[in-house]
Amino acid sequence: MNYKFWLIAQREYLTRVRKKSFVVLTVLVPLLMAGVFAFVAKLAKSDDNKVDVIEVRDDTNLGLTSRLPTTEQLLFLPAAGSLAEAKQSFQKSKHDGLLYLPPNLDVQNPQGIQLFAKGNVSMRKQRAVENALNKTLSDLKMQQSGLTQEQLDRLRSKVLLTTVALDEQGQEKSSDTMATTAAAYALALLIYMFIFIYGVQIMRGVGEEKSNRIMEVMLSSVKPFDLMMGKIVGIAAVGLTQFLLWGVLSFGASSLVGSAVFGGNNAQPVATAATRSATSAETDNKQTAQANAANTRPETAMMSGRSAIFDALGDLPIGMIMGGFLIYFLGGYLLYGALFGAIGAAVDDQTDTQQFMFPVTIPLILSYIIGVSVILRNPDGPIAFWMSMIPFTSPIAMVIRLPFGVPLWQLGLSVALLIAGFIGTVWLAARIYRVGVLMYGKKVTYRELGKWMFYKG
Amino acid sequence: MTNILQAIDVRKAYAAHVALSGVSLEIPERSIFGLLGPNGAGKTSLIRIITQITAADSGEIRFRGEKLNPKHIAQIGYLPEERGLYKKMKVGEQLLYLAQLRGLSRADATQRIKAWLERLDLKPWANKFVEDLSKGMQQKVQFIATVLHEPSLIILDEPFSGFDPINANLIKDEIINLREQGATIIFSTHRMESVEEMCDNIALINRSRKVLDGPVGQIKNTFKTNTYEVEGKGRLMVVHPDFEVLEHKERENGFFYDRIRLHAGATPNDLLRYLINNVEVHAFREQIPSINEIFIRRVQETMPESLVEEVTQ
Repeated sequence: MNYKFWLIAQREYLTRVRKKSFVVLTVLVPLLMAGVFAFVAKLAKSDDNKVDVIEVRDDTNLGLTSRLPTTEQLLFLPAAGSLAEAKQSFQKSKHDGLLYLPPNLDVQNPQGIQLFAKGNVSMRKQRAVENALNKTLSDLKMQQSGLTQEQLDRLRSKVLLTTVALDEQGQEKSSDTMATTAAAYALALLIYMFIFIYGVQIMRGVGEEKSNRIMEVMLSSVKPFDLMMGKIVGIAAVGLTQFLLWGVLSFGASSLVGSAVFGGNNAQPVATAATRSATSAETDNKQTAQANAANTRPETAMMSGRSAIFDALGDLPIGMIMGGFLIYFLGGYLLYGALFGAIGAAVDDQTDTQQFMFPVTIPLILSYIIGVSVILRNPDGPIAFWMSMIPFTSPIAMVIRLPFGVPLWQLGLSVALLIAGFIGTVWLAARIYRVGVLMYGKKVTYRELGKWMFYKG
Repeated sequence: MTNILQAIDVRKAYAAHVALSGVSLEIPERSIFGLLGPNGAGKTSLIRIITQITAADSGEIRFRGEKLNPKHIAQIGYLPEERGLYKKMKVGEQLLYLAQLRGLSRADATQRIKAWLERLDLKPWANKFVEDLSKGMQQKVQFIATVLHEPSLIILDEPFSGFDPINANLIKDEIINLREQGATIIFSTHRMESVEEMCDNIALINRSRKVLDGPVGQIKNTFKTNTYEVEGKGRLMVVHPDFEVLEHKERENGFFYDRIRLHAGATPNDLLRYLINNVEVHAFREQIPSINEIFIRRVQETMPESLVEEVTQ
């Protein structure tokens, strides 16, 4: 690449980075992220701190109230009086629920148990109460069948499942599906957004040069290929800058908010947990659990929470993910960016871009949709394999697979195909571009584009 | 006189039509050269080949005797018919950018930009965005961008279209000035009147072919028809084997206007002598065809009747 190419890339970069909209967006998005995080953190905190106090109106003669286990989340208190009276006093109290156990409760087939609350009951609360009841009833049944408490304790074992993935060499890697899924999802979204937002910027930029009528002046100084690639590379740099700033600022802002909400040292690990919870609803539980732990035993829980997260992330093939992400990020952007540039060059009017945009964006959208639905669930299946080989879908499909681990030969083949793919689209785009940029007042059809391929210099 | 540019049998065809079918030209150093022709004749195609935006299918362009190549880009300045600027860039930055793309160093460019902006009264606008400038001012900026790198060949495609008369005159003076400093200028236009007063040489292109070229004076001589305009007082009744009256108009107070053609062998002095003997002569001058008339005549000769109207508009 020559001197003029760098001049062009530099201009594309500087004019965009200096725009007010860029600065505003760059500052605003992290603030928004911090705001969302603060909100989530606040909710999580108030949720976690709280122990739900459930009153129990026990009309059975089994003495269940005292048997119901008090946990970190639930505290059962006996309610006095009849159900009606209990309801009345519950309304006035600050308690969170009123559990009604009807008389003649059949232990084998417990029916008619009711939980009264002052509003909707969260799934989590309902499940916690159900668990408590199940445990109590099963204990009761076992005791009724003649087991002693000691026998009972011995019977019960506490299982904590650790999932372990075996790699090709048969080595064990403990895998945290949650972290892996979240990472895959985030990477795919990032690439998808990047290609879309900045691809359209390329298209607009080319269209602008065309409608400005500066194109011919430019082309008397530089080769069309340099002009096109300069723009593509310059805009890529804008995108990278923006993401970098977002990353740094988001982390900074979230940490600040985190320390404001949680205070002191706790901020960082919890911030990480909360950020992740934003990407995946499921992570919520995990984070809540950690925060809970933090509340009961601050020092040790903090340590274990921190190490659990870093363990989970540390178990991912980080080097492979980062390297792969960068390659697919740039490869995918170049591949699509060239096509977007060609569209901008081919049409006169921005409103005409639709007919050409559609077929270009379809593989992108499809790979995202199929990616987060099918591939995320079965990252080693045939669909995942083929989509991570085809250059048009591989940037998204492959980054989804990366955190789950991908055989090196597949990665190599996919990258080679991607490179071939973007060389192909850049070549194609350059041919459309050099004819299209000087073509005015003509409504372009696919047939026309086909002919342009064969024009001589 | 040496030629700065020479085109030899240049051909260019697009999918649907032929733009240039074997055009040869010679453009002398330090001249103003008019490239004339109706719209769609192939002027812009030829210019785009000279500026290396496109390449010819066959034939050759030589720049000072050397086959045209990318290093000549720095020696050519081009103001296209379709011209514009980056609207979101400041005037100074934009000129710097375009000059650097033409191979000028940053320091040189900055210095010259300053001088040119001052010269064309644009200095206060250097740090304004292009979109905030009036159209006339934008045109001045475009002109500066064309000549900033001090090219030895300046190509102006319809330079005056869209210019207001004041700016047009300003640019005209600058063009003549540049020629005096040693530059060669190619004018491409279909407006003949601007050509006549400025151009030293012209070439006429019609329907992808060159139909005429040479120095302006020489062309006019070739197209002279030995016709003289006469104004005077009295009753002119020409009965003479050497002269033929093409047109006769009676004016007020016994004045008349005549167009008289000399037959072969007769001189203007013969006609003048005859006139003096018969009437009172107030004006006597040779009728020299304008480039416009020559152009129309030439086009008519090389084109079917039905298309002439279209060409002459």
